[in-house]
Amino acid sequence: MEAALGLLRRMPPKQSETALSALLSLIPQHSSDLLSQVDLPLQVLRDIESGKDFILCEYNRDADSYRSPWSNKYLPPLEDALYPSSELRKLEVEANDIFAIYRDQYYEGGISSVYMWEDDNEGFVACFLIKKDGSKSGHGRRGCLEEGAWDAIHVIQVGPEEEEMAQYCLTSTIMLSLTTDDESSGKFGLSGSIRRQMKMELAVADGHLCNMGRMIEELEGKLRNSLDQVYFGKTREMVCTLRPPAEIVQMRLPDT
Amino acid sequence: MPLVVITTTWHCPSQQNDTVMINERSRFNRRSCTENFISVMTNVSLQSSDYRRRQSLSPANCFLEKAMADEEDELPETELSYDQKKEIAKWFLLNAPAGEINYVAKDLKAVLSDEEVYNEAAMEAFPVYNKSHMICLEMPSRAGDVIVSSYSEITENEYLDPRTAQVAIVDHVKQICTKVRPANDEELPSLYIEEYRYALDAEIQRYVSESYPKGMCAVNCVKGKDTEGPGSDFELVVIITAMRLSPQNFCNGSWRSVWNIDFQDESQVLDIKGKLQVGAHYFEEGNVELDAKKDFQDSTIFQSADDCAIAIANIIRHHETEYLASLEVAYSKLPDNTFKDLRRKLPVTRTLFPWQNTLQFSLTREVEKELGLGK
Repeated sequence: MEAALGLLRRMPPKQSETALSALLSLIPQHSSDLLSQVDLPLQVLRDIESGKDFILCEYNRDADSYRSPWSNKYLPPLEDALYPSSELRKLEVEANDIFAIYRDQYYEGGISSVYMWEDDNEGFVACFLIKKDGSKSGHGRRGCLEEGAWDAIHVIQVGPEEEEMAQYCLTSTIMLSLTTDDESSGKFGLSGSIRRQMKMELAVADGHLCNMGRMIEELEGKLRNSLDQVYFGKTREMVCTLRPPAEIVQMRLPDT
Repeated sequence: MPLVVITTTWHCPSQQNDTVMINERSRFNRRSCTENFISVMTNVSLQSSDYRRRQSLSPANCFLEKAMADEEDELPETELSYDQKKEIAKWFLLNAPAGEINYVAKDLKAVLSDEEVYNEAAMEAFPVYNKSHMICLEMPSRAGDVIVSSYSEITENEYLDPRTAQVAIVDHVKQICTKVRPANDEELPSLYIEEYRYALDAEIQRYVSESYPKGMCAVNCVKGKDTEGPGSDFELVVIITAMRLSPQNFCNGSWRSVWNIDFQDESQVLDIKGKLQVGAHYFEEGNVELDAKKDFQDSTIFQSADDCAIAIANIIRHHETEYLASLEVAYSKLPDNTFKDLRRKLPVTRTLFPWQNTLQFSLTREVEKELGLGK
């Protein structure tokens, strides 16, 4: 298993689906472990009844059907399926609406979905998902990207209320890829993924949605900056190490 | 078109039980993983009834998918054949980033747990990988390095080093040069060609040592190497390769330039075509890859060997320096422009999202009011 995860870390991020397929066929006995530890770009389905798209994930799946957060129905229809309680469903509806606004503010497009369900410990788990196609032909406002994809998966485990406080444990995963193609720099592509966790204890009186929303906003921002500065920055550093820019080279000559 | 079929699953580290609980109540009616992958690899389109059902649901926006079997007690319906395993193994090896094939090999061996399949896959994949990455192998007796590439290939295990007129015999899987022998006359270019090759090689070496801290280069003749004098065309290829491997810092990178110089006798013109490829991989608690490439085109006049060499080297230097500068520009545009098409740093309001401390039901209305969004 260690080796399988190692392989997945080294394969080009854009090929992660093929790599996972390959591993699943080589070591099918580890399928559930692999599928639960590896993130892949999100898939989308259209809920024709409500006319909106929703994101597919393990948390809204039952057998081969997926539950739409808009209509709360399984597509394709499924008998005897799992649903959140009516109270949780109310929270889920509110979460979807407000997360859609959040998504629009930061992403200027894209698709979002929120799924909730009760867990064993009298708390609940919520999964906030965003998928954005930032390419010229997608929702990219500035037309910079030939190809651009951002997939965000935020899973928050909310503990039971104790003395008016609750534990929130957030695990965020961002997967992205972008490619620009122009005259001067040719084809320039960056892709990758990053995952972090964040735990907080917050007052329930502030509202679960506020608490979760603020955590997600904070961690998403941190991950975006980290990807941009640290991760992409390291690749930029590597390019300069391979071939230092001309000015530096010229400065060296007088010494030799 | 083959379908790659995956269901995404998220794992909140301490919540394994949730996934299992949901699965217990689920019914399974899905293809095994094996078949899906075989479809991907052999270009066969899926024909199951599940596929048709999904398709009819959502014609426009559905990303066609099928769920993977992930129930512990469900055994794969078909065992992978020897050849299929080998193809998969080769795929992993060939897609390893620069300098990482040995790490991939180690993990692959563990996953395969079949020495025979691995060895055969390695025998087939390593030569292709080595040539495409243009690895440099040290020749015995301190003769320097030989660049393994399709331009210097004599046979699969023999590569010419034109600078020292030797042929290196290599072990691809071990990535070492086992021995050298002097090149024989048929393998070397004619004196006329060698004049041009030698002059160009000297100029390129000068350029590479100035611009690349750890660069290697070679000039090979790939066409018309037996030309005795003016009157025919010939082609030289300049290869420049630099690799920086820092696995302890979780960072590896490579630069590959290939410049094809077509010496056209009739028009007395040198047609120059360049291909640059830069890659970097950073994987400390995350995984990010850079993949950049560019093609170039230029030309100059056919002159004496020394003058050609200087002209070509200048052209190469000019284009490569310019390319590096434009890569820098692309990087500097990232945070504020390019990245914004994916996600802004902050909303247009320049403030954080106004999560309100109100009763949950009116949260949406409050937020909309604050943001000035009418309903």
